[in-house]
Amino acid sequence: MVSTYILLAWTWARAAMAYRASFALMAVLGTVLAATDVAVILVIFANTTSLAGFSHDEVLFLYGASNVAFCFCDMFVGNVDRISRHIKAGTFDAMLIRPVSPWIQLATDNFSPTRAGRIAQAAAVLAYALAALDLDARRLWMVPVMIVTGVVIFASLWTLAASVQFVLTDAPEVVNAFTYGSGQLTQYPFSVYARDLVRGVTYALPLAFVNWQPGLYVLGRDDPFGTPSFMRFLGPVAAVGLALPAWLAWRRGIRHYRSTGS
Amino acid sequence: MSTRRSQGPPGPAAALNPLPAARPRAHNPALPSADPRAGPRTARHRAITLRRCETIPFHAPFHAPFHAPLYARLVRYGFRKHATYVWGALAGAFTNSVFGVLRAYVLIALWEARPGLAGYDVTHAVTYCFVTQAFIGPMQLFGGGLDVPERIRTGDIALDLVRPASLQLWSMAEDLGRAGYLFLVRGIPPVLLGAALFGVVRPSGFAGWAGFAACFLAGWAVGFAWRYLVALSVCWLVDDRGVQVGSLVLTTLLSGMMIPLPLVPGPLGELVRALPWAAMAQAPADVYLGTAPPLETLAFQASWAVALLALGALGTRAIRHKVVIQGG
Repeated sequence: MVSTYILLAWTWARAAMAYRASFALMAVLGTVLAATDVAVILVIFANTTSLAGFSHDEVLFLYGASNVAFCFCDMFVGNVDRISRHIKAGTFDAMLIRPVSPWIQLATDNFSPTRAGRIAQAAAVLAYALAALDLDARRLWMVPVMIVTGVVIFASLWTLAASVQFVLTDAPEVVNAFTYGSGQLTQYPFSVYARDLVRGVTYALPLAFVNWQPGLYVLGRDDPFGTPSFMRFLGPVAAVGLALPAWLAWRRGIRHYRSTGS
Repeated sequence: MSTRRSQGPPGPAAALNPLPAARPRAHNPALPSADPRAGPRTARHRAITLRRCETIPFHAPFHAPFHAPLYARLVRYGFRKHATYVWGALAGAFTNSVFGVLRAYVLIALWEARPGLAGYDVTHAVTYCFVTQAFIGPMQLFGGGLDVPERIRTGDIALDLVRPASLQLWSMAEDLGRAGYLFLVRGIPPVLLGAALFGVVRPSGFAGWAGFAACFLAGWAVGFAWRYLVALSVCWLVDDRGVQVGSLVLTTLLSGMMIPLPLVPGPLGELVRALPWAAMAQAPADVYLGTAPPLETLAFQASWAVALLALGALGTRAIRHKVVIQGG
Protein backbone atom coordinates (compact mmCIF):
# COMPACT_ATOMS: atom_id res chain seq x y z
CA MET A 1 0.00 0.00 0.00
CA VAL A 2 2.75 2.41 0.94
CA SER A 3 4.87 1.42 -2.05
CA THR A 4 1.86 1.97 -4.35
CA TYR A 5 1.37 5.40 -2.82
CA ILE A 6 5.03 6.28 -3.36
CA LEU A 7 4.97 5.01 -6.93
CA LEU A 8 1.87 7.03 -7.84
CA ALA A 9 3.11 10.14 -6.04
CA TRP A 10 6.49 9.88 -7.78
CA THR A 11 4.75 9.59 -11.15
CA TRP A 12 2.78 12.79 -10.53
CA ALA A 13 5.87 14.51 -9.13
CA ARG A 14 7.82 13.77 -12.29
CA ALA A 15 4.95 15.18 -14.35
CA ALA A 16 4.97 18.35 -12.21
CA MET A 17 8.73 18.70 -12.61
CA ALA A 18 8.56 18.59 -16.40
CA TYR A 19 8.37 22.40 -16.50
CA ARG A 20 11.35 23.24 -14.31
CA ALA A 21 11.06 27.03 -14.16
CA SER A 22 7.35 26.87 -13.39
CA PHE A 23 7.99 24.18 -10.77
CA ALA A 24 10.62 26.24 -8.96
CA LEU A 25 8.47 29.38 -9.09
CA MET A 26 5.45 27.52 -7.70
CA ALA A 27 7.52 26.06 -4.86
CA VAL A 28 8.82 29.50 -3.86
CA LEU A 29 5.50 31.32 -4.25
CA GLY A 30 3.55 28.57 -2.46
CA THR A 31 5.87 28.99 0.52
CA VAL A 32 5.44 32.77 0.41
CA LEU A 33 1.66 32.36 0.21
CA ALA A 34 1.66 30.10 3.27
CA ALA A 35 3.87 32.61 5.07
CA THR A 36 1.20 35.33 4.73
CA ASP A 37 -0.51 33.81 7.78
CA VAL A 38 2.71 34.31 9.77
CA ALA A 39 2.85 37.88 8.48
CA VAL A 40 -0.64 38.46 9.92
CA ILE A 41 0.46 37.10 13.31
CA LEU A 42 3.53 39.37 13.23
CA VAL A 43 1.40 42.43 12.36
CA ILE A 44 -0.96 41.60 15.24
CA PHE A 45 1.94 41.35 17.67
CA ALA A 46 3.41 44.59 16.37
CA ASN A 47 0.35 46.16 18.02
CA THR A 48 0.07 44.14 21.21
CA THR A 49 2.23 42.02 23.50
CA SER A 50 -0.40 39.43 24.32
CA LEU A 51 -3.39 38.02 22.43
CA ALA A 52 -6.08 36.49 24.65
CA GLY A 53 -3.42 35.76 27.27
CA PHE A 54 -0.82 34.24 24.93
CA SER A 55 2.51 35.75 23.97
CA HIS A 56 4.04 36.15 20.51
CA ASP A 57 6.21 33.00 20.81
CA GLU A 58 3.39 30.91 22.27
CA VAL A 59 1.08 31.81 19.39
CA LEU A 60 3.85 30.97 16.90
CA PHE A 61 4.31 27.61 18.66
CA LEU A 62 0.60 26.80 18.33
CA TYR A 63 0.62 28.02 14.72
CA GLY A 64 3.70 25.97 13.82
CA ALA A 65 2.50 22.75 15.46
CA SER A 66 -0.90 22.91 13.75
CA ASN A 67 0.46 24.03 10.40
CA VAL A 68 3.10 21.30 10.11
CA ALA A 69 0.28 18.77 10.42
CA PHE A 70 -2.07 20.74 8.17
CA CYS A 71 0.45 21.32 5.36
CA PHE A 72 1.59 17.69 5.57
CA CYS A 73 -2.02 16.58 5.04
CA ASP A 74 -2.58 19.20 2.36
CA MET A 75 0.33 17.70 0.44
CA PHE A 76 -0.23 13.99 1.00
CA VAL A 77 -4.02 13.65 1.47
CA GLY A 78 -5.61 16.97 0.47
CA ASN A 79 -6.17 15.98 -3.13
CA VAL A 80 -8.97 13.58 -2.14
CA ASP A 81 -11.33 16.56 -2.32
CA ARG A 82 -10.77 16.57 -6.09
CA ILE A 83 -13.17 13.62 -6.16
CA SER A 84 -16.11 15.76 -7.29
CA ARG A 85 -14.24 16.62 -10.51
CA HIS A 86 -13.62 12.93 -11.15
CA ILE A 87 -17.25 12.08 -10.44
CA LYS A 88 -18.43 14.80 -12.84
CA ALA A 89 -15.94 13.85 -15.56
CA GLY A 90 -16.69 10.14 -15.17
CA THR A 91 -13.02 9.32 -14.49
CA PHE A 92 -13.85 8.06 -11.01
CA ASP A 93 -15.33 4.93 -12.61
CA ALA A 94 -11.91 4.16 -14.07
CA MET A 95 -10.34 4.50 -10.61
CA LEU A 96 -12.75 1.94 -9.21
CA ILE A 97 -11.70 -0.80 -11.60
CA ARG A 98 -7.95 -0.36 -11.10
CA PRO A 99 -6.30 -2.77 -8.64
CA VAL A 100 -5.40 0.07 -6.23
CA SER A 101 -7.55 1.57 -3.50
CA PRO A 102 -9.43 4.58 -4.93
CA TRP A 103 -8.51 6.55 -1.80
CA ILE A 104 -4.80 6.16 -2.60
CA GLN A 105 -5.38 7.05 -6.24
CA LEU A 106 -7.20 10.22 -5.21
CA ALA A 107 -4.73 11.17 -2.48
CA THR A 108 -1.90 11.03 -5.01
CA ASP A 109 -3.98 12.61 -7.79
CA ASN A 110 -2.10 15.65 -9.09
CA PHE A 111 0.43 15.23 -6.26
CA SER A 112 2.76 18.20 -6.29
CA PRO A 113 6.06 18.22 -4.36
CA THR A 114 6.03 22.04 -4.50
CA ARG A 115 3.89 21.97 -1.36
CA ALA A 116 6.86 20.66 0.61
CA GLY A 117 7.95 24.30 0.90
CA ARG A 118 4.92 25.00 3.07
CA ILE A 119 5.76 22.15 5.43
CA ALA A 120 9.31 23.49 5.67
CA GLN A 121 7.99 26.98 6.41
CA ALA A 122 5.68 25.70 9.17
CA ALA A 123 8.48 23.54 10.60
CA ALA A 124 10.81 26.56 10.64
CA VAL A 125 8.23 28.58 12.61
CA LEU A 126 7.78 25.68 15.04
CA ALA A 127 11.54 25.30 15.49
CA TYR A 128 11.92 29.03 16.10
CA ALA A 129 9.12 29.00 18.71
CA LEU A 130 10.55 25.94 20.49
CA ALA A 131 13.94 27.62 20.66
CA ALA A 132 12.57 30.98 21.78
CA LEU A 133 10.27 29.59 24.48
CA ASP A 134 11.83 28.38 27.70
CA LEU A 135 10.04 25.03 27.81
CA ASP A 136 10.23 22.13 30.22
CA ALA A 137 12.31 19.52 28.32
CA ARG A 138 10.40 16.65 29.97
CA ARG A 139 7.24 17.77 28.20
CA LEU A 140 8.69 17.99 24.68
CA TRP A 141 7.82 14.34 23.92
CA MET A 142 4.31 15.66 23.34
CA VAL A 143 5.38 17.70 20.25
CA PRO A 144 5.82 14.74 17.85
CA VAL A 145 2.72 13.09 19.35
CA MET A 146 0.60 16.18 18.70
CA ILE A 147 1.88 16.46 15.13
CA VAL A 148 0.98 12.83 14.37
CA THR A 149 -2.41 13.37 16.06
CA GLY A 150 -2.96 16.47 13.96
CA VAL A 151 -2.07 14.62 10.76
CA VAL A 152 -4.60 11.87 11.56
CA ILE A 153 -7.31 14.41 12.47
CA PHE A 154 -6.80 16.52 9.33
CA ALA A 155 -6.57 13.41 7.10
CA SER A 156 -9.85 12.17 8.58
CA LEU A 157 -11.44 15.56 7.97
CA TRP A 158 -10.37 15.52 4.34
CA THR A 159 -11.67 11.99 3.93
CA LEU A 160 -15.00 13.03 5.44
CA ALA A 161 -15.04 16.04 3.10
CA ALA A 162 -14.44 13.73 0.13
CA SER A 163 -17.16 11.31 1.29
CA VAL A 164 -19.68 14.15 1.52
CA GLN A 165 -19.01 14.95 -2.14
CA PHE A 166 -20.67 11.73 -3.24
CA VAL A 167 -23.94 13.52 -2.42
CA LEU A 168 -22.80 17.16 -2.77
CA THR A 169 -21.51 17.16 -6.34
CA ASP A 170 -23.07 20.55 -7.09
CA ALA A 171 -21.17 22.57 -4.51
CA PRO A 172 -17.82 20.92 -3.76
CA GLU A 173 -16.46 24.25 -2.45
CA VAL A 174 -18.62 23.99 0.64
CA VAL A 175 -16.24 21.48 2.24
CA ASN A 176 -13.40 24.03 2.04
CA ALA A 177 -15.03 25.80 4.96
CA PHE A 178 -14.35 22.68 7.05
CA THR A 179 -10.93 21.61 5.76
CA TYR A 180 -9.23 24.98 5.23
CA GLY A 181 -11.42 26.52 7.93
CA SER A 182 -10.00 23.99 10.42
CA GLY A 183 -6.49 24.95 9.34
CA GLN A 184 -7.34 28.60 9.98
CA LEU A 185 -9.09 27.88 13.31
CA THR A 186 -6.12 26.02 14.80
CA GLN A 187 -3.64 28.81 13.97
CA TYR A 188 -4.61 30.82 17.06
CA PRO A 189 -4.98 29.94 20.73
CA PHE A 190 -8.54 28.80 21.34
CA SER A 191 -8.88 31.38 24.10
CA VAL A 192 -9.66 33.98 21.41
CA TYR A 193 -12.85 32.10 20.44
CA ALA A 194 -16.21 32.04 22.17
CA ARG A 195 -16.87 29.31 24.74
CA ASP A 196 -19.59 27.62 22.65
CA LEU A 197 -17.41 27.47 19.55
CA VAL A 198 -14.58 25.91 21.57
CA ARG A 199 -17.01 23.36 23.07
CA GLY A 200 -18.09 22.46 19.53
CA VAL A 201 -14.54 21.96 18.26
CA THR A 202 -13.61 19.97 21.36
CA TYR A 203 -16.50 17.54 21.78
CA ALA A 204 -18.19 17.45 18.35
CA LEU A 205 -15.28 17.92 15.93
CA PRO A 206 -12.07 17.19 17.87
CA LEU A 207 -9.97 20.06 16.46
CA ALA A 208 -8.93 21.09 19.98
CA PHE A 209 -6.68 18.01 20.07
CA VAL A 210 -4.63 19.13 17.05
CA ASN A 211 -2.63 21.73 18.98
CA TRP A 212 -4.69 23.37 21.72
CA GLN A 213 -5.03 20.69 24.40
CA PRO A 214 -1.58 19.08 23.90
CA GLY A 215 -0.07 22.54 23.33
CA LEU A 216 -1.30 23.65 26.77
CA TYR A 217 0.56 20.68 28.26
CA VAL A 218 3.80 21.54 26.42
CA LEU A 219 3.51 25.19 27.45
CA GLY A 220 2.68 24.13 31.02
CA ARG A 221 -0.47 26.24 31.19
CA ASP A 222 -4.00 25.76 32.47
CA ASP A 223 -6.96 25.82 30.12
CA PRO A 224 -8.72 29.22 30.35
CA PHE A 225 -11.97 27.30 29.74
CA GLY A 226 -11.25 25.06 32.74
CA THR A 227 -11.16 21.59 31.16
CA PRO A 228 -9.57 18.91 33.40
CA SER A 229 -5.87 18.19 32.85
CA PHE A 230 -6.32 14.58 31.67
CA MET A 231 -7.82 15.98 28.44
CA ARG A 232 -4.34 17.15 27.39
CA PHE A 233 -3.51 13.48 26.68
CA LEU A 234 -6.69 12.47 24.87
CA GLY A 235 -5.41 13.53 21.42
CA PRO A 236 -4.69 10.04 20.04
CA VAL A 237 -8.08 8.79 21.29
CA ALA A 238 -9.85 11.71 19.62
CA ALA A 239 -7.91 11.16 16.40
CA VAL A 240 -8.95 7.50 16.24
CA GLY A 241 -12.47 8.55 17.19
CA LEU A 242 -12.62 10.76 14.10
CA ALA A 243 -10.72 8.41 11.78
CA LEU A 244 -13.22 5.58 12.30
CA PRO A 245 -16.35 7.50 11.20
CA ALA A 246 -14.33 8.99 8.33
CA TRP A 247 -13.34 5.52 7.16
CA LEU A 248 -16.94 4.28 7.46
CA ALA A 249 -18.29 7.32 5.60
CA TRP A 250 -15.80 6.78 2.79
CA ARG A 251 -16.75 3.09 2.46
CA ARG A 252 -20.42 3.99 2.50
CA GLY A 253 -19.85 6.61 -0.18
CA ILE A 254 -18.01 4.12 -2.42
CA ARG A 255 -20.70 1.46 -1.94
CA HIS A 256 -23.52 3.83 -2.82
CA TYR A 257 -21.74 5.46 -5.74
CA ARG A 258 -23.83 5.02 -8.89
CA SER A 259 -21.68 6.60 -11.59
CA THR A 260 -22.94 9.63 -13.49
CA GLY A 261 -25.78 7.70 -15.06
CA SER A 262 -24.78 7.92 -18.69
CA MET B 1 -31.19 8.81 -58.44
CA SER B 2 -30.85 7.68 -54.87
CA THR B 3 -33.26 8.77 -52.19
CA ARG B 4 -30.46 10.44 -50.33
CA ARG B 5 -30.09 12.98 -53.07
CA SER B 6 -33.78 13.66 -53.39
CA GLN B 7 -33.56 16.46 -50.84
CA GLY B 8 -31.74 18.72 -53.27
CA PRO B 9 -33.82 21.01 -55.41
CA PRO B 10 -33.93 19.91 -59.04
CA GLY B 11 -32.54 22.48 -61.42
CA PRO B 12 -30.07 23.01 -64.23
CA ALA B 13 -27.13 22.79 -61.82
CA ALA B 14 -28.24 19.38 -60.61
CA ALA B 15 -28.18 18.02 -64.08
CA LEU B 16 -24.54 18.99 -64.59
CA ASN B 17 -23.29 18.20 -61.09
CA PRO B 18 -24.06 14.77 -59.64
CA LEU B 19 -23.57 16.07 -56.08
CA PRO B 20 -26.51 17.65 -54.24
CA ALA B 21 -26.65 21.42 -54.44
CA ALA B 22 -25.09 23.16 -51.49
CA ARG B 23 -27.49 25.10 -49.34
CA PRO B 24 -26.90 27.59 -46.60
CA ARG B 25 -27.11 25.63 -43.36
CA ALA B 26 -29.25 28.17 -41.62
CA HIS B 27 -32.09 27.56 -44.07
CA ASN B 28 -31.90 23.80 -44.10
CA PRO B 29 -35.21 22.67 -42.66
CA ALA B 30 -33.80 19.18 -42.14
CA LEU B 31 -31.49 20.46 -39.40
CA PRO B 32 -33.16 21.51 -36.16
CA SER B 33 -32.13 24.86 -34.80
CA ALA B 34 -29.45 24.54 -32.12
CA ASP B 35 -31.23 27.06 -29.99
CA PRO B 36 -34.97 27.75 -30.09
CA ARG B 37 -34.31 31.34 -29.07
CA ALA B 38 -31.99 31.98 -32.02
CA GLY B 39 -33.66 33.08 -35.21
CA PRO B 40 -35.05 36.11 -36.94
CA ARG B 41 -36.89 38.60 -34.79
CA THR B 42 -35.67 37.21 -31.47
CA ALA B 43 -33.61 39.03 -28.85
CA ARG B 44 -30.52 36.99 -29.62
CA HIS B 45 -30.74 37.65 -33.33
CA ARG B 46 -30.82 41.35 -32.65
CA ALA B 47 -27.89 40.93 -30.29
CA ILE B 48 -25.82 39.34 -33.01
CA THR B 49 -26.78 41.75 -35.78
CA LEU B 50 -26.13 44.66 -33.47
CA ARG B 51 -22.39 44.20 -33.70
CA ARG B 52 -22.32 42.95 -37.25
CA CYS B 53 -24.21 45.77 -38.90
CA GLU B 54 -21.19 48.04 -38.74
CA THR B 55 -18.37 47.42 -41.16
CA ILE B 56 -15.16 46.42 -39.44
CA PRO B 57 -12.16 48.53 -40.36
CA PHE B 58 -8.75 47.02 -39.72
CA HIS B 59 -7.97 49.22 -36.74
CA ALA B 60 -11.47 48.92 -35.36
CA PRO B 61 -10.47 47.87 -31.84
CA PHE B 62 -8.78 51.22 -31.24
CA HIS B 63 -11.17 53.51 -33.04
CA ALA B 64 -14.50 51.82 -32.40
CA PRO B 65 -17.02 54.27 -31.00
CA PHE B 66 -18.24 53.53 -27.49
CA HIS B 67 -21.44 51.61 -28.07
CA ALA B 68 -23.41 51.85 -24.83
CA PRO B 69 -26.15 49.29 -25.64
CA LEU B 70 -23.52 46.68 -26.53
CA TYR B 71 -21.74 47.10 -23.18
CA ALA B 72 -25.03 47.16 -21.27
CA ARG B 73 -25.86 43.85 -22.90
CA LEU B 74 -22.42 42.43 -22.02
CA VAL B 75 -22.93 43.43 -18.39
CA ARG B 76 -26.21 41.52 -18.42
CA TYR B 77 -24.59 38.49 -20.05
CA GLY B 78 -21.80 38.52 -17.45
CA PHE B 79 -24.44 38.57 -14.72
CA ARG B 80 -26.42 35.73 -16.31
CA LYS B 81 -23.33 33.63 -16.96
CA HIS B 82 -22.44 33.63 -13.28
CA ALA B 83 -26.05 33.21 -12.21
CA THR B 84 -25.80 29.69 -13.67
CA TYR B 85 -23.49 28.63 -10.84
CA VAL B 86 -25.75 29.59 -7.97
CA TRP B 87 -24.74 26.67 -5.72
CA GLY B 88 -21.06 27.37 -6.26
CA ALA B 89 -21.61 31.02 -5.33
CA LEU B 90 -23.60 30.08 -2.21
CA ALA B 91 -20.88 27.62 -1.16
CA GLY B 92 -18.39 30.48 -1.58
CA ALA B 93 -20.59 32.72 0.57
CA PHE B 94 -20.64 30.01 3.24
CA THR B 95 -16.85 29.61 3.23
CA ASN B 96 -16.33 33.40 3.34
CA SER B 97 -18.75 33.62 6.27
CA VAL B 98 -16.97 30.87 8.22
CA PHE B 99 -13.59 32.56 7.69
CA GLY B 100 -15.21 35.87 8.63
CA VAL B 101 -16.29 34.43 12.00
CA LEU B 102 -12.83 32.98 12.69
CA ARG B 103 -11.02 36.20 11.76
CA ALA B 104 -13.55 38.27 13.73
CA TYR B 105 -12.67 36.44 16.97
CA VAL B 106 -8.96 37.15 16.43
CA LEU B 107 -9.68 40.84 15.81
CA ILE B 108 -11.97 40.99 18.86
CA ALA B 109 -9.15 39.57 21.00
CA LEU B 110 -6.76 42.16 19.57
CA TRP B 111 -9.14 45.08 20.16
CA GLU B 112 -9.84 43.86 23.69
CA ALA B 113 -6.11 44.06 24.33
CA ARG B 114 -5.80 47.45 22.57
CA PRO B 115 -9.16 49.32 22.59
CA GLY B 116 -9.38 52.11 20.04
CA LEU B 117 -6.49 50.77 17.96
CA ALA B 118 -6.26 52.40 14.50
CA GLY B 119 -9.27 54.56 15.29
CA TYR B 120 -11.63 51.55 15.27
CA ASP B 121 -13.66 50.24 18.18
CA VAL B 122 -14.49 46.52 18.50
CA THR B 123 -17.68 46.80 16.43
CA HIS B 124 -15.75 48.62 13.70
CA ALA B 125 -13.15 45.86 13.67
CA VAL B 126 -15.80 43.12 13.40
CA THR B 127 -17.62 45.02 10.66
CA TYR B 128 -14.34 45.51 8.81
CA CYS B 129 -13.72 41.78 8.96
CA PHE B 130 -17.11 40.78 7.51
CA VAL B 131 -17.18 43.57 4.91
CA THR B 132 -13.77 42.56 3.55
CA GLN B 133 -14.86 38.89 3.48
CA ALA B 134 -17.89 40.08 1.51
CA PHE B 135 -15.56 41.77 -1.00
CA ILE B 136 -13.75 38.50 -1.86
CA GLY B 137 -16.43 37.44 -4.36
CA PRO B 138 -17.32 40.69 -6.17
CA MET B 139 -13.76 42.10 -6.11
CA GLN B 140 -12.39 38.64 -7.00
CA LEU B 141 -9.61 39.10 -4.44
CA PHE B 142 -8.28 35.59 -5.00
CA GLY B 143 -7.61 36.43 -8.67
CA GLY B 144 -8.93 35.05 -11.93
CA GLY B 145 -12.48 35.64 -13.07
CA LEU B 146 -11.44 36.57 -16.63
CA ASP B 147 -11.57 34.38 -19.76
CA VAL B 148 -8.61 36.16 -21.35
CA PRO B 149 -5.77 33.79 -20.26
CA GLU B 150 -7.63 30.72 -21.51
CA ARG B 151 -8.46 32.48 -24.78
CA ILE B 152 -4.83 33.54 -25.28
CA ARG B 153 -3.70 29.96 -24.73
CA THR B 154 -6.22 28.52 -27.19
CA GLY B 155 -5.68 31.29 -29.75
CA ASP B 156 -9.33 32.42 -29.59
CA ILE B 157 -7.97 35.83 -28.58
CA ALA B 158 -7.31 36.51 -32.28
CA LEU B 159 -11.10 36.54 -32.79
CA ASP B 160 -11.64 38.83 -29.80
CA LEU B 161 -9.08 41.30 -31.12
CA VAL B 162 -10.84 41.87 -34.46
CA ARG B 163 -14.20 42.54 -32.85
CA PRO B 164 -15.36 46.12 -33.35
CA ALA B 165 -15.03 46.74 -29.62
CA SER B 166 -12.06 47.07 -27.32
CA LEU B 167 -11.05 43.80 -25.66
CA GLN B 168 -10.47 45.64 -22.41
CA LEU B 169 -13.90 47.30 -22.31
CA TRP B 170 -15.52 44.06 -23.43
CA SER B 171 -13.91 42.13 -20.54
CA MET B 172 -14.66 44.97 -18.15
CA ALA B 173 -18.36 44.98 -19.03
CA GLU B 174 -18.61 41.22 -18.51
CA ASP B 175 -16.69 41.51 -15.25
CA LEU B 176 -19.07 44.20 -14.01
CA GLY B 177 -21.96 41.76 -14.52
CA ARG B 178 -20.03 39.09 -12.64
CA ALA B 179 -19.28 41.51 -9.79
CA GLY B 180 -22.93 42.54 -9.58
CA TYR B 181 -24.11 38.95 -9.26
CA LEU B 182 -21.45 37.97 -6.72
CA PHE B 183 -22.16 41.13 -4.71
CA LEU B 184 -25.73 39.90 -4.23
CA VAL B 185 -24.99 36.22 -3.59
CA ARG B 186 -21.54 36.25 -1.97
CA GLY B 187 -21.39 39.77 -0.61
CA ILE B 188 -24.57 40.15 1.39
CA PRO B 189 -24.67 36.83 3.38
CA PRO B 190 -21.36 37.28 5.30
CA VAL B 191 -22.37 40.78 6.44
CA LEU B 192 -25.82 39.57 7.51
CA LEU B 193 -24.20 36.74 9.49
CA GLY B 194 -21.79 39.19 11.10
CA ALA B 195 -24.73 41.43 12.01
CA ALA B 196 -26.59 38.47 13.55
CA LEU B 197 -23.63 37.09 15.53
CA PHE B 198 -21.69 40.17 16.62
CA GLY B 199 -23.53 43.30 15.41
CA VAL B 200 -22.09 45.53 12.70
CA VAL B 201 -22.15 49.24 11.93
CA ARG B 202 -23.83 50.62 8.80
CA PRO B 203 -23.14 53.69 6.66
CA SER B 204 -25.25 56.56 7.93
CA GLY B 205 -27.98 57.98 5.70
CA PHE B 206 -28.19 58.29 1.95
CA ALA B 207 -24.86 60.11 1.64
CA GLY B 208 -23.08 57.31 3.48
CA TRP B 209 -24.53 54.59 1.27
CA ALA B 210 -23.91 56.59 -1.91
CA GLY B 211 -20.29 57.17 -0.90
CA PHE B 212 -19.85 53.46 -0.21
CA ALA B 213 -21.46 52.51 -3.54
CA ALA B 214 -19.12 54.84 -5.43
CA CYS B 215 -16.02 53.58 -3.58
CA PHE B 216 -17.14 49.97 -4.04
CA LEU B 217 -17.38 50.51 -7.81
CA ALA B 218 -14.01 52.29 -7.86
CA GLY B 219 -12.49 49.41 -5.89
CA TRP B 220 -13.92 46.93 -8.36
CA ALA B 221 -12.45 48.99 -11.25
CA VAL B 222 -8.96 48.89 -9.69
CA GLY B 223 -9.36 45.16 -9.05
CA PHE B 224 -10.43 44.52 -12.63
CA ALA B 225 -7.60 46.65 -14.04
CA TRP B 226 -5.06 44.68 -11.99
CA ARG B 227 -6.49 41.26 -12.90
CA TYR B 228 -6.60 42.28 -16.56
CA LEU B 229 -2.88 43.10 -16.47
CA VAL B 230 -2.18 39.75 -14.79
CA ALA B 231 -4.27 38.01 -17.45
CA LEU B 232 -2.42 39.71 -20.32
CA SER B 233 0.91 38.49 -18.93
CA VAL B 234 0.03 35.00 -20.22
CA CYS B 235 0.81 36.25 -23.69
CA TRP B 236 4.49 36.58 -22.76
CA LEU B 237 4.84 33.87 -20.11
CA VAL B 238 2.72 31.02 -21.56
CA ASP B 239 2.35 29.47 -18.09
CA ASP B 240 0.55 32.01 -15.95
CA ARG B 241 0.29 30.04 -12.68
CA GLY B 242 3.36 31.71 -11.20
CA VAL B 243 2.02 35.20 -11.90
CA GLN B 244 -1.40 34.20 -10.59
CA VAL B 245 0.03 33.02 -7.27
CA GLY B 246 2.25 36.11 -7.05
CA SER B 247 -0.80 38.30 -7.59
CA LEU B 248 -2.70 36.25 -4.98
CA VAL B 249 0.01 36.89 -2.37
CA LEU B 250 0.06 40.62 -3.11
CA THR B 251 -3.72 40.97 -3.17
CA THR B 252 -4.59 38.97 -0.05
CA LEU B 253 -1.86 40.59 2.03
CA LEU B 254 -1.91 44.18 0.75
CA SER B 255 -5.62 44.68 0.11
CA GLY B 256 -6.42 44.57 3.81
CA MET B 257 -8.45 41.38 3.45
CA MET B 258 -6.45 39.44 6.04
CA ILE B 259 -5.63 42.23 8.47
CA PRO B 260 -6.67 45.92 8.57
CA LEU B 261 -3.86 47.90 6.92
CA PRO B 262 -3.78 50.65 9.61
CA LEU B 263 -2.26 47.97 11.87
CA VAL B 264 0.88 47.75 9.71
CA PRO B 265 3.42 49.90 11.54
CA GLY B 266 5.85 52.57 10.36
CA PRO B 267 6.87 53.54 6.83
CA LEU B 268 5.93 50.06 5.58
CA GLY B 269 2.36 50.78 6.66
CA GLU B 270 2.32 54.11 4.84
CA LEU B 271 3.62 52.39 1.72
CA VAL B 272 1.03 49.58 1.70
CA ARG B 273 -1.81 52.05 2.32
CA ALA B 274 -0.77 53.98 -0.82
CA LEU B 275 -0.48 50.96 -3.14
CA PRO B 276 -3.28 49.99 -5.58
CA TRP B 277 -4.26 46.89 -3.57
CA ALA B 278 -5.36 49.09 -0.68
CA ALA B 279 -7.94 50.58 -3.08
CA MET B 280 -9.57 47.14 -3.50
CA ALA B 281 -10.66 46.33 0.07
CA GLN B 282 -9.24 48.70 2.67
CA ALA B 283 -10.53 51.90 1.01
CA PRO B 284 -14.16 50.85 0.37
CA ALA B 285 -14.32 49.17 3.81
CA ASP B 286 -13.14 52.39 5.48
CA VAL B 287 -15.81 54.38 3.63
CA TYR B 288 -18.41 51.79 4.71
CA LEU B 289 -17.31 52.25 8.33
CA GLY B 290 -17.25 56.04 7.96
CA THR B 291 -13.61 56.16 9.11
CA ALA B 292 -12.32 57.70 5.85
CA PRO B 293 -13.56 60.74 3.88
CA PRO B 294 -15.42 59.40 0.79
CA LEU B 295 -14.24 62.04 -1.70
CA GLU B 296 -10.53 61.74 -0.94
CA THR B 297 -10.78 57.94 -0.90
CA LEU B 298 -12.56 58.02 -4.23
CA ALA B 299 -9.84 60.24 -5.70
CA PHE B 300 -7.16 57.81 -4.46
CA GLN B 301 -8.99 54.84 -5.99
CA ALA B 302 -9.79 56.66 -9.24
CA SER B 303 -6.16 57.64 -9.82
CA TRP B 304 -5.05 54.01 -9.47
CA ALA B 305 -7.94 52.83 -11.65
CA VAL B 306 -7.02 55.27 -14.42
CA ALA B 307 -3.32 54.40 -14.21
CA LEU B 308 -3.85 50.63 -14.29
CA LEU B 309 -6.56 50.78 -16.98
CA ALA B 310 -4.23 52.90 -19.15
CA LEU B 311 -1.49 50.30 -18.69
CA GLY B 312 -4.03 47.65 -19.64
CA ALA B 313 -4.90 49.57 -22.82
CA LEU B 314 -1.21 49.68 -23.75
CA GLY B 315 -0.95 45.98 -23.01
CA THR B 316 -3.94 45.26 -25.24
CA ARG B 317 -2.24 47.15 -28.07
CA ALA B 318 0.97 45.18 -27.46
CA ILE B 319 -0.68 41.75 -27.49
CA ARG B 320 -2.44 42.70 -30.69
CA HIS B 321 0.95 43.11 -32.37
CA LYS B 322 2.26 39.96 -30.74
CA VAL B 323 -0.72 37.91 -31.86
CA VAL B 324 -0.36 39.24 -35.41
CA ILE B 325 3.35 38.37 -35.43
CA GLN B 326 2.62 34.85 -34.22
CA GLY B 327 0.19 34.50 -37.10
CA GLY B 328 -2.72 33.85 -34.78
